[in-house]
Amino acid sequence: MLAKRIIPCLDIKDGRTVKGINFLDLRDAGDPVENAVRYCDEGADELVFLDITATVERREPLSALVRRIAEHINIPFTVGGGIRTVDDVRSILMSGADKVSINSQAVRNKGLVAESSSAFGSQCMVVAVDVRANASKASGYEVYIDGGRTPTGLDALEWALEVQDLGCGEILLTSMEADGTKAGYDIGITSLLSSHLSIPVIASGGAGRMEDFSAVFAPECGADAALAASVFHYHEIAIPALKAYLQECGIVVRV
Amino acid sequence: MTAMIDYNAGNVFSVSAAFRRLGEEVVLTSDRETILSADRVVFPGVGYASAAMDEIAKRNLAEVISLVEKPFLGICLGMQLLCRSSQEGDVDMLGVVDAPVLRFDSQQCRKIPQIGWNRVYAQPDSQLFDGIGQGSWFFFDHSYYVPLLDEGTEARTEYYGFWYSSAITRGNFHGVQFHPEKSGKAGERLLANFLSLEA
Repeated sequence: MLAKRIIPCLDIKDGRTVKGINFLDLRDAGDPVENAVRYCDEGADELVFLDITATVERREPLSALVRRIAEHINIPFTVGGGIRTVDDVRSILMSGADKVSINSQAVRNKGLVAESSSAFGSQCMVVAVDVRANASKASGYEVYIDGGRTPTGLDALEWALEVQDLGCGEILLTSMEADGTKAGYDIGITSLLSSHLSIPVIASGGAGRMEDFSAVFAPECGADAALAASVFHYHEIAIPALKAYLQECGIVVRV
Repeated sequence: MTAMIDYNAGNVFSVSAAFRRLGEEVVLTSDRETILSADRVVFPGVGYASAAMDEIAKRNLAEVISLVEKPFLGICLGMQLLCRSSQEGDVDMLGVVDAPVLRFDSQQCRKIPQIGWNRVYAQPDSQLFDGIGQGSWFFFDHSYYVPLLDEGTEARTEYYGFWYSSAITRGNFHGVQFHPEKSGKAGERLLANFLSLEA
């Protein structure tokens, strides 16, 4: 049986890791490759790099950074942020990334998910779904894009099922309300998507304590992987201790 | 020198980086003489089986591959292409190993693709898995699989109670369904073992 995955996430701006609160007051947090190697050595199962560079003219092209990462780490990683075309997808994969994550552009151009997955396989196609509670939606959640600024009117579950049909191989589900609170993952929407989808779900947003991970991995919730940024970055939770804790809880992890 | 077969496959960079970390230089090529004169051959692959076979046909690589007598390692789709046929695009493939490639049954395997770390149990005499403990974790990312074979299963893995071949072999040919280049220390050991296989 598959191990539940622990996935540290790194935000990248102009080729550097950055940390901030709600994308404000961004501070330099080091070289992404050095950060990645540290996580790799600590026993992370996978990494996600989100490029939040706003400008088109990047100091280092993303594909060059991806190559540098692939040269140095021996675990899988996903790259997201600003991917707009099938050629963008190709260039990221050719540079050594295992998967690409598409968010706003999947909503704007459904063809991108379909074309990329038939060209490169569903296994490399992640769709990031950012959601916020909205009682008028069937699932109780609405999909937002543009870094959470633009409501789409889409129902979270309907949208996830649609991208699954389009060939998406995995959902990266972020609860915008839980994100940054450290009060735990949003179990409600995570379990709803996990139980209705036939593709894996990565839970994101809200990790603060080790118990949050055991809750999201528990059979009642069913996430396949859990992503977190600050608890790992600021050494609040050490990955080896987290995995030992999860094992004690009877959750299968890679140690 | 290790030759890596160039047919526009996806994970070429990561695989050569993994060999470079072991001190081995890899030449990416679709040239017949270079492939046949190499000390060993790596056949990478990520993507869609029928599209990959089109590319292999375009470059006349099917015959070249069948002539390789040195240690040969197919990775992920590169392993699947060694088989007879695939349900992915309903395509005939290289037929080095007489096995079909099938899609995971969605009734039994709730999540498809299988994405993540799973345990691998190798045949005890396998040199490719030498020094790698039974049940070691490797990284998988696939929707299609090779069933267990009477002859040719080099390692097995279980997914939702279903056992299949996570590594296959015939003579000098080996194929692994997982990504050794992304499988941490265990993957590194497997690639090092491959480099030390005798022709």
